[in-house]
Amino acid sequence: MNEKLKKLINKEISKYPSDKKQSAVIAALAIMQNNRGWLSEEDISEVSKYLEMPEIAVLEVATFYNMFDLQPVGKYKISICTNISCMLRNSDEIVEHLKNKLKINFNEVTKDGKFCLKESECMGACGGAPLLTINNQKMYENLDIPKIDSLLKELK
Amino acid sequence: MNEIIDKNIDFMDTKDFFKICLRTQDLKNPGSIKTYQSLGGYGQIAKILESKIDPQELINEIKISGLRGRGGAGFPTGIKWSFMPRDYDGTKYIVCNSDEGEPGTFKDRDIIRHNPHQLIEGMIIAAYIMNAQVGFNYIHGEIWEDYKFFEKALDDARKAGFLGKNILGSGFDFELHAVHGYGAYICGEETALIESIEGKKGQPRYKPPFPATYGIYGQPTNVNNTETFASIPWIIEHGGQAFMAHGVENSGGTKIFSVSGHVEKPGNYEIQLGMTFKQLLNEAGGVWKGRKLKAVIPGGPSTPVLPAEIIMDATLDYDGLSRLGSSVGAGSMIIMDDSTCMVKALKRLSYFFYEESCGQCTPCREGTGWVYRIINRIYNGKATLEDLQLLTDVSKKISGRTICALGDAAATPVLSFIKYFRNDFEDFIKHKKTVS
Repeated sequence: MNEKLKKLINKEISKYPSDKKQSAVIAALAIMQNNRGWLSEEDISEVSKYLEMPEIAVLEVATFYNMFDLQPVGKYKISICTNISCMLRNSDEIVEHLKNKLKINFNEVTKDGKFCLKESECMGACGGAPLLTINNQKMYENLDIPKIDSLLKELK
Repeated sequence: MNEIIDKNIDFMDTKDFFKICLRTQDLKNPGSIKTYQSLGGYGQIAKILESKIDPQELINEIKISGLRGRGGAGFPTGIKWSFMPRDYDGTKYIVCNSDEGEPGTFKDRDIIRHNPHQLIEGMIIAAYIMNAQVGFNYIHGEIWEDYKFFEKALDDARKAGFLGKNILGSGFDFELHAVHGYGAYICGEETALIESIEGKKGQPRYKPPFPATYGIYGQPTNVNNTETFASIPWIIEHGGQAFMAHGVENSGGTKIFSVSGHVEKPGNYEIQLGMTFKQLLNEAGGVWKGRKLKAVIPGGPSTPVLPAEIIMDATLDYDGLSRLGSSVGAGSMIIMDDSTCMVKALKRLSYFFYEESCGQCTPCREGTGWVYRIINRIYNGKATLEDLQLLTDVSKKISGRTICALGDAAATPVLSFIKYFRNDFEDFIKHKKTVS
């Protein structure tokens, strides 16, 4: 864990009482995941030492919350919502297009290690359905096939 | 609740759109502190702190307003706030629940990105009333950019002296932090959310004890929805009666409806409670591509679906929808046109509850899996008519047998879809596809 990551995690720890560092575990894991692209055993272990909590308690959190990845997900993780509001706005077509274009199924990574496709539950932005996020951070809404094509070109 | 509402309130004859929580939405830089202050923002907390207004007086005003919890449960806010122990020797917390993850719910996001300072002021007023020293706003995981935007709003409020120690020289301290969720619907349940803030899996707690006596780190904690807190500054400014008058009896004020699915203009619409469904549908541009309406889930999948012929006569308020056997919920209105396959729709919703069950209670953990597998069997043309009865039986055995309301929420779509669209399911079983 380098100094830059520690600084980011310390900011999260400071939101809670000094004897309640564990409260920052989700944020700390998110910071580590953002750094590596996914969470390795080493990341789990480092977070557990830094927050002074048992490794198993950190792993419990990492496996409970859907946005954590305990396997490599490639450079760009595409999480696409298929829940009802997106489904009604034809997310199925978007999913099919992505699968064909990238030649992968859900939870697979392209051979060049660039893209991974994940099926996601409701993202709380259904007014812009259908939608997806890239690496848990950037959201793209009101998708159609041309938008997907230009997005894939954009992601170098 | 009725005894505290003045019967002489002059409810407006016709209900229209009126913005309270989203009132900055159409202005330039809607989410900036400058825009909010141009509307008199932060004036209410300044007035309260300067005049040291008695918290009881403020609670009474909120009771008069008829404001009910906007996250779905609809519990009267003023009453909830009076549960917090006034004289407690230790830290008390208030928590804003912005973890909207129920399919079709996206209203809190627009408050966070278009009017964050009204939410912050609402939380400061709440903290003053309940004498809480620390607050958290727990924000849904997938809206990272909006979370960052809210953190910036907190910085601006802090710099302007509205958060931190000795706010506006009054001697009142209140610190507010943003917390970022990471993809767990269950954390929208208040005790699961509290567990999550403590750095644990989001598994709901037994109640009692309620958060007001045993919340974060075992300290008294109040949890309310984003829209609830964001309504507070307006109520304090204009008075409880004025807020009440925007709604109808038992349903005071305005409410945001998030309209998604088969409409021309999906989005958030803040209405005066009591408006007709027809008017809202019309404002949302009508049914998509000029098709016919088939069904509407009025308040999110944990509220029963209603067929077009029933919802068409609905008024959108707590009593209006409950008379029709459904509920306002979080105002997450999902519109389905006549091209919708109800079996497929229910299959997707059931998968959601199966995926999001926290696994703590057996009826929910196992039952949601059973429900999903049976519907999948119907969808794949491998079911018999007896499976419909089995589906109903399993759902009824989840409902009411779990620690939290996710179990009931999982059973609701199944029971209501079969109740109103039984033919769709029977046709699917008989012909292996939708016939209508």
